[in-house]
Amino acid sequence: MSTVTVEAAQGPALGDDLEAAPPGSFLVTLIIRRYIPEIDDEPRWQDFDVRVLPTDRILDALHKIKWEQDGSLTFRRSCAHGICGSDAMRINGRNRLACKTLIKDLDPSKPIYVEAIKGLPLEKDLVVDMEPFFESYRQIQPFLIASSAPPEGRERIQNAVARERFDDTTKCILCAACTSSCPVFWTDGQYFGPAAIVNAHRFIFDDRDEGSKVRLDILNDKEGVWRCRTTFNCSEACPRGIEVTKAIQEVKQALLTHRS
Amino acid sequence: MWSWVLHRITGVAIFFFLLVHILDTALVRVSPEAYNAVIGTYQTPIMGLGEVALVGAIVFHAFNGLRIILIDFWSKGTRYQKVMFYVVIALWVLTMLAFTPRHLINVFSH
Repeated sequence: MSTVTVEAAQGPALGDDLEAAPPGSFLVTLIIRRYIPEIDDEPRWQDFDVRVLPTDRILDALHKIKWEQDGSLTFRRSCAHGICGSDAMRINGRNRLACKTLIKDLDPSKPIYVEAIKGLPLEKDLVVDMEPFFESYRQIQPFLIASSAPPEGRERIQNAVARERFDDTTKCILCAACTSSCPVFWTDGQYFGPAAIVNAHRFIFDDRDEGSKVRLDILNDKEGVWRCRTTFNCSEACPRGIEVTKAIQEVKQALLTHRS
Repeated sequence: MWSWVLHRITGVAIFFFLLVHILDTALVRVSPEAYNAVIGTYQTPIMGLGEVALVGAIVFHAFNGLRIILIDFWSKGTRYQKVMFYVVIALWVLTMLAFTPRHLINVFSH
């Protein structure tokens, strides 16, 4: 790392354009899997050399490419701060958020491979059709189902212990990093996928909710939780650190124990 | 993911072994001579090495199977899955270290 930095600082930084080559910056190669449906029959890999700082994110590098080198590069991003879940992509073979992945946390001396997440239809460059993903999400009814009205002029009270029960799964930002890292989902697009199960878990274990039986029925389907083969790819992919496989296992447990 | 891939590969391999194994054992009902003839063809060093692979596959599948059961039924199983995978590998190495030399001495001393 340090050698790269020193070289770079003595190089172009001696020139007058500090903004183009700030001290400590260096060149990194991004190899991006491009696909423009109007031009390409098949996706292709394209190299870009970008000048970055170690503290830059992959998203910054993508922006530089799009703004300075090739405006046709297409990717999604909204908040750029790890909350909206728009920019999940496969970086060096792992699903991550481009806005939460720092250059220095990868190995900048080697090319960095960037491609769209797998298992969902590729639309253009790094953009996939998220509709099958959101369809599964809608099917598990991700909203509070309650037959009673909340107390007059008040919210539904919940104690800290009951809230803690499903705290982990409230963190989901629906980026699809988990679902598109799942080998079962790659080969069987009908599988609900980890994200839908995580969001079902969020309501199944919420004591204010009365729809858990409906959701458990949905997930007891052939394409439901039993498709999970505990490969743990989802848990490793989640940019929010949700223990996804644990949540899926808890739903399986609920199905096993709550009725027989 | 690699534990799962290995589990699949060893599982399918063991299935095909069992298929052949049941067929050749069933031959004894056809005629003891045919059974002896078939079993006789197995007594070669190549099959001896194949048996090392077979035992390796079964040992991994067995230990990793226990790991998967723990992931399914022990509430902390998912959290310790990686540690348990390393334990599976360690147990596999130990078992194979104990088995392979003895077995190969048997195979090659005949």
